[in-house]
Amino acid sequence: MSHYEVKAGPEAFLPPAAATMGNVLPDPGEAHIEGRIVPEEEAYEYCARKLLEAKVPTIFPGPLVLWKWNDHVAEKATAIRELANAVPMRLIPMADYRPKYPKIDAAVEINPNHPNLTIWHNKIDVCIFVGVHCHQANLALKMIRAATDCYTIAMCAQAGHEDACLSFRDATPEKIRTLIKAVEKLKSEGVKSQANDFTQFKMDRTGLIVKPS
Amino acid sequence: MNKSVELKNKRIIASQHVKLGQKNRKGQTYTDVNDIFYKAESTPSFLTGSEVIKEAIRRASVGSMVAYPITPQSEAAALIGELFAEDYLDEYFRGESEFAVMGQCAGAAFGGHRVYTTTAGPGTLRAMENFPMWAGSRLPIQVCVTCRGINSPLSIQPDTMEMHYLLETGMLVWHAETAQDLFDYTLKGFIVAEQPDVHVPIAICCDGFFVTHTKDTVNMTPEDLCLTPYDPYKAPVPCLDMETAPIRMMRDPFVMKSNYINYSTHASWQQEIKAAIERSRKHTVPLLDGLIDEENTDREVLVVTSGTAVSQSREAIRLLEQEGIKVGLVKIKTIRPFPFEEIKRATKNAKHIFVPEFNVGGWLAREIKSTIQNNERVYVGPHVAGGMTMPSEVIALEIKNHLKASGQ
Repeated sequence: MSHYEVKAGPEAFLPPAAATMGNVLPDPGEAHIEGRIVPEEEAYEYCARKLLEAKVPTIFPGPLVLWKWNDHVAEKATAIRELANAVPMRLIPMADYRPKYPKIDAAVEINPNHPNLTIWHNKIDVCIFVGVHCHQANLALKMIRAATDCYTIAMCAQAGHEDACLSFRDATPEKIRTLIKAVEKLKSEGVKSQANDFTQFKMDRTGLIVKPS
Repeated sequence: MNKSVELKNKRIIASQHVKLGQKNRKGQTYTDVNDIFYKAESTPSFLTGSEVIKEAIRRASVGSMVAYPITPQSEAAALIGELFAEDYLDEYFRGESEFAVMGQCAGAAFGGHRVYTTTAGPGTLRAMENFPMWAGSRLPIQVCVTCRGINSPLSIQPDTMEMHYLLETGMLVWHAETAQDLFDYTLKGFIVAEQPDVHVPIAICCDGFFVTHTKDTVNMTPEDLCLTPYDPYKAPVPCLDMETAPIRMMRDPFVMKSNYINYSTHASWQQEIKAAIERSRKHTVPLLDGLIDEENTDREVLVVTSGTAVSQSREAIRLLEQEGIKVGLVKIKTIRPFPFEEIKRATKNAKHIFVPEFNVGGWLAREIKSTIQNNERVYVGPHVAGGMTMPSEVIALEIKNHLKASGQ
């Protein structure tokens, strides 16, 4: 059985979609690590270790969790914030999918049409996609793999992503909290976060950056 | 492949946002797709292919159907109009041309409806620009393509050349051999095409007249059971719902001019559509019981084909058997995704591979030639076109002549 490994790039000028290399998405109860199908439990600790080892671990929350369009999503957003605090991780939103004209502000946002700009600007080495529609997530994940050395993780609410280096599927607030527990367990065993110091920015309704006092 | 795709013991997951057991306005019960296909008792009926399409759509919880007449799909489109009159569909209307129809289908699908339409021959080609647009926009519309001749001089008779044009549109392309296939593929096609990880349009192709206008016995699922409706909120792209917050944004394929995006975004977009087609294998294999059917593929002479050419070949094989010539058969059910690995495996022992086709181009033979090793084993033909029948005797004779010429 051939096995295409989905590792952090830069991989190629235009790398293939992992699905066309024969990679199949995990079934319920499974995850994949770099293209290898594993039980979901195995992926939590691996993921937690990746997050703690990173210098600039970052969560990219998408529109599906940035807007309270149902109660389930509000709970998920809360869990995402808890994860960001637990590691700690930066939060850089993918608020929508329209190309940014004339230029993206790579310090505070990411966009699926040129995701590498945000990765490069912030020197992000590990990221989590959550709440991004699957099509746009796959575009961005593949382009990140093509052009950057960022390790990508997908916390997907649907069937998962072959083009991420690590992917969960059917993500719920409970699963995000299981990941938080895995982070806390590693920390209790003495694994320390390698994250550079940073200040989590906030935006007000006009889009201006409001730094915490 | 990092994981084998199992044929058995797979539970198909369809949309789950509507409570199972709930009834629709026609009194049909929304039923788990596994129960419909594998547990419910089916009843044999003697129907034309067009009537079979109508009966499949009756059970498919379709929201919108857009129609435009072109032989031989007109009858199916008209029969679905009767379903609308009986209140099985939410919307049914006529377009100004096939191009308009496919654009209207896109609008309905953007809005979150399960959408169905039918076309044929020159109509398929007139609508062509819309098919890659559907795929790029991730719209899981189903179109039944009742194949007919596409070129001048006009022919309304069966010819599968139009399928060749569909191959790289980003659609799933399945090819029904019989009216039974047509019934099954229509219902199962919605399930596969609407999977969140697939979510691309699907063309259910059949050979016009041979399948649409002849009567056959078809085992049909109970009329009072229907598929759960499409759930647009599982789509891999935002549903065009102007009232719901995360969706209150334009779906950008139409305004994504390349001067505003990374060129690799467009390339990546195209790759993602191809990837979606590949992902459909996992859902299609258990639903269709594999992407191919095999009969005696350990033999040195094989016929590999799709559509009604399979039926004709089956009879040709019987005729050859009477003369002591043993021939195996591979029926290809899905053209996209193409069953590369299955065909490689099924043909590994064959010395002669015949690919009968209802078109002069021989596109299926080319697909097979590009798949297998030692492709000089592939004999491109026999071919008929423009509405000719392909008598089993002709297939048998061409196989015999080729084997004789090869010194067999």
